[in-house]
Amino acid sequence: MQDSTLYAGLSRYFDVQQLEKLRQTSVGFAGAGGLGSNAALMLARCGLGHFLLVDDDLVEPSNLNRQQYWPRHVGQPKVYALADVLRELNPAVDVETRHQRLTRQNLPQTLTYCPLWVEALDNAEDKSLFVEQALVAGCKVASASGLAGLSGPVMSRRVVGNLVLVGDFISDVRTAPPLAPRVTQAAALLAEAILQMILADADTQRI
Amino acid sequence: MEVTINGATEHVAENATVADVLATYGHKATAVVVEHNGNIVPRETFASVRLTVGDRLEIVHFVGGG
Repeated sequence: MQDSTLYAGLSRYFDVQQLEKLRQTSVGFAGAGGLGSNAALMLARCGLGHFLLVDDDLVEPSNLNRQQYWPRHVGQPKVYALADVLRELNPAVDVETRHQRLTRQNLPQTLTYCPLWVEALDNAEDKSLFVEQALVAGCKVASASGLAGLSGPVMSRRVVGNLVLVGDFISDVRTAPPLAPRVTQAAALLAEAILQMILADADTQRI
Repeated sequence: MEVTINGATEHVAENATVADVLATYGHKATAVVVEHNGNIVPRETFASVRLTVGDRLEIVHFVGGG
C-alpha cells in the first residue's frame, strides 16, 4: 500500500480495523455524474480503497454546476476525470474505469466485480433496471431518487432488503433542474449509506 | 383480498398480478423495483406473479436525476 497523507490524517477518526476494512472494500459506481462523482469523492475522503467507475459520458460545461469536475476536465470521459480527482486526493487509491454504458447485456457481468454499488444513473428506467439486477445478483445497493430543484420535501432513506434508497422520492429532473445543493445532499446520503454498509458488515471485503 | 403494500394494508382483486397492482396505483412498470414477500420480482414476470392473501409487496418508484 502506497503511503498517503489522507490515510495519515484519517487515523484520527477511524481505528485501525475500520481503516483496514475501508482500504480493502471495493465499491462500484453506476454513473459518474452529480450523484456518482460527489459520492465517490466523499467515500475517497473516508478512505475507501477500491473504486470501479462506469459511465459513458464526457464532461460538459453544464456539469460544472454540481459535479466534481473542473473546467480543465471538459471534453474528457467522466470516469477518467473522476479517477484523476480521486488519485489526487489519495495516490494510494485503486480506481478502475469503464468508459461504457451499462446495458441489459453487460450488467450481469459488471455487477459481479463489486459487492457494493452506488446507483447514480440519470433516468428512471435505467435506475430501476440497475437496482433490480443488482439486488437479484445479491449486491447491496445505495440508490437515489428525487433530488431536483431548489426546494422540495426533506430527503430521507428507505430500506428494502439490500437496497437503501435515498432522496425526496418525487423531485424529477424532467420538471426541475439539478442544482448543487440537493444533488450533493442526495450524494452525501448515498455515501453515508455505503459507509454504514462497509463498517457494519465484515462480509463486504474484497477477496 | 387484503395484502400489505409498502407497509400499509390494501385491498386488491382476487388473483391480482403484480402488473395489475402497478397499474392500479399508476406506476410505470419500467420505473419501479418490486419486492414480493422478500424476493425481488424481475420485471419480465410482473404479469405472471399472482398475489395471495396476506402477501407483502414493496414497490420502489424511481424518478429521474443523477
